Amino acid sequence: MNPRRKQRLIAVSSILVLLSGGVGAMLYALNENVDLFYTPSQLVDGLGEDKNKPVVGQRLRIGGMVVKGSVRRDEHSLKVSFDLVDTGPIVTVHYDGILPDLFREGQGIVAQGTLLNATTIEATEVLAKHDENYMPPEVAEAMKGIKHVPPKQTYSAETP
Amino acid sequence: MIAELGHLALCFALAISLVLAIFPLYGSYKGAAGPVLLARPLAILLFLLTSVAFGALCYSFWSNDFTVLNVASNSNSMLPWYYRMTAVWGSHEGSMLLWVLMLSGWTAAVALLSNSLPLILQGRILGVLGIINVGFYGFVLFMSNPFERTLPFFPVDGRDLNPLLQDFGMIIHPPLLYMGYVGFAVSFAFAIAALLGGRFDSNWARWARPWTLAAWLFLTLGIMLGSWWAYLELGWGGWWFWDPVENASLMPWLVGTALIHSLAVTEKRGTFKSWTVLLAIAAFSLSLLGAFLVRSGVLVSVHAFATDPSRGLFLLFFLLVVVGGSLLLYGVRMHAVRSQARYQLFSREVLLWGNNIFLLTATLVVFLGTLYPLFHKELGLGSISIGEPFFNSIFQYLAIPFALLLGLGPWVRWKQQQWQPLLKPLSMVLVAALVLAVGVLSLYQTPSANLALLGLILGAWVAVSTVGEIQQKAVQLGGVPGLFKLQASHWGMVLGHLGFAMLVVGIAMTKTFSVEKDVRMKIGDSVELNGYTFLLSDVYALNGPNYGGQAAELEVFAHGEKLTHLHAEKRFYPVTRSVMTEAAVDARLSRDLYVALGEELSGPSWALRVYVKPYVRWIWLGAILMALGGLVSLGDKRYRRKTAAVTSPQSSAATGAPADA
Repeated sequence: MNPRRKQRLIAVSSILVLLSGGVGAMLYALNENVDLFYTPSQLVDGLGEDKNKPVVGQRLRIGGMVVKGSVRRDEHSLKVSFDLVDTGPIVTVHYDGILPDLFREGQGIVAQGTLLNATTIEATEVLAKHDENYMPPEVAEAMKGIKHVPPKQTYSAETP
Repeated sequence: MIAELGHLALCFALAISLVLAIFPLYGSYKGAAGPVLLARPLAILLFLLTSVAFGALCYSFWSNDFTVLNVASNSNSMLPWYYRMTAVWGSHEGSMLLWVLMLSGWTAAVALLSNSLPLILQGRILGVLGIINVGFYGFVLFMSNPFERTLPFFPVDGRDLNPLLQDFGMIIHPPLLYMGYVGFAVSFAFAIAALLGGRFDSNWARWARPWTLAAWLFLTLGIMLGSWWAYLELGWGGWWFWDPVENASLMPWLVGTALIHSLAVTEKRGTFKSWTVLLAIAAFSLSLLGAFLVRSGVLVSVHAFATDPSRGLFLLFFLLVVVGGSLLLYGVRMHAVRSQARYQLFSREVLLWGNNIFLLTATLVVFLGTLYPLFHKELGLGSISIGEPFFNSIFQYLAIPFALLLGLGPWVRWKQQQWQPLLKPLSMVLVAALVLAVGVLSLYQTPSANLALLGLILGAWVAVSTVGEIQQKAVQLGGVPGLFKLQASHWGMVLGHLGFAMLVVGIAMTKTFSVEKDVRMKIGDSVELNGYTFLLSDVYALNGPNYGGQAAELEVFAHGEKLTHLHAEKRFYPVTRSVMTEAAVDARLSRDLYVALGEELSGPSWALRVYVKPYVRWIWLGAILMALGGLVSLGDKRYRRKTAAVTSPQSSAATGAPADA
């Protein structure tokens, strides 16, 4: 091998090593920072086919509709708690801070936080989208055929 | 009637763009001058027709013509006239019309300013732009017609513009951003035209450079305004959220930044040719990817327009055609291109190569972080979101080597550089930077190894080395008057690098020293934050033209003296039934005081969010300085040299340009 080629080989292989190392580190960092999304029923029953339930202390996102009449405020601070629901089970969210402009009872919201116990979440951030009909897409999917689809359609969907 | 006129103009524009896509390319292939000569008038006609269409939509908004669906769903008779005008591009349909207006504008600008280019190259560039135009005019006409009518049952009044968009920043943010996105179409067209012709010389790079710089500078300003708008309007006091749509604009910016540096090498040294072409293709493809992400609704984001899968499919198809077609052409044509220039391991070429590597790694990070949730969901693994720490930590690590190389770059010669002559000046720069960084930090705290120290060191290193290099140039050129001999593009580089230094310092200082407090306050209550006392003096009902709500008055004291007065609003827009926060900001170069009014609680008391954010202005000022650098570079005399058209040297390695980029 002539020196020129050898130099190139070294250059190319060192780039490849650096690149794969970089991509590997990136994917590792990515996995460290992934927050799974749950709906209240997924949180209680488990997610996916394996029925994976989150462990206490895990960082996660939860999306659901705020249960009417469930918002309880502390008299002297900004502490607030409310219940979320999609198709059945209810999950309670605790939050200390300012709720977003469009937070209202009966509306869809997404909260980011950690799991305190099986049905309670301590939120670090509460998001509501700037749209009065907003429902987190995942919640809309879970609620399909339960509330918004007329019974006739549900029936015809079931008959082959 | 007016709306139909606009629609008709758009139909004609599609036809014109089809002709533009076919004839000039055919002419340049056959070597016939006739069809190629058609290109310039066609491009100008295209722009005029689109202006007519855009004007028609503006008129419909101006005159509150609610028989036009777009007006009915995005405007309201109570909306002030200036927001009625910005409502033109507040919706998906209207913003696509703005997009094609910009695209035809760039096409016409290329037609008008390309006198000095060889005729055949003009034909190819305008032909490629024609193809891109066909795609977008087709999209506008068939997928998102802005002139659709609500007849016969038209509403009495409109549904009003999204209150989030009723802001000054919003008036200019989308046009600037689109100018940037679409501008990369011109760089792309230059690259494809060169691939078709198989000729890459330094002339080609010199012609492509100003267009790329212009697109890049618009994109820089657009992103900066978007960040500023989010800071003011979203009420969270944040300036960057790693939102998918922000990421979609950051990716072409990062690649565009790599491209302007790589073009410099191609122009000065005649090397990096295939790399430059690839970057030009990538920058435009990422712009298209951004359009796809925003408009298809595949990603959940504050920005996302109403979702329509068929639109997404159209854009995805167009994206695949553009990427696939150009990469195929690249594969077929590029093997013939060789770079003659040789360079040593320690040379400016290699440093710029490093610049490109880090910028592309950053792009890859953003790309993965943005699209990973999408793949995760499509593979049935559940919905996920990527946390901010992912982007923040990786960008922090990437910034270190990037800034070190950046400070070094301008000192190093093309081709090869010896270590010894640089040791003395650079160690002086390093010492000065360290002293400066630690000195500034000690004003705020006892210096410790944190993000602020890192940011200050990197920023000071880049800034001091940039200034030091200018000082060295002054010595070489015989004093300060000699500096006038430097090319405009050199000054552009200096400004751009200083802007980057400012940006880094701003980010690091804001991230480290920002303090935030959510408080519950009654009238007369006060809260202390970082030596500032915020006193809530009054809250009263608001009465705006198309909104109501509440406003809070606050007095700010520092060291017992009254410093300033803040006025924060929480607006309620009855038509869209939505609530908006108008934050109160007292801006200084060294810090922002920021108050957002939250909801009314029992008592009566109010939730308030109070921030002190040091150096947050530096982020946007840095971006403006970078854009200014682009503007100054554009003024370089050599981009306007006419003689270039006559001579067409095949090789460029011989151009012995002075050692600056």
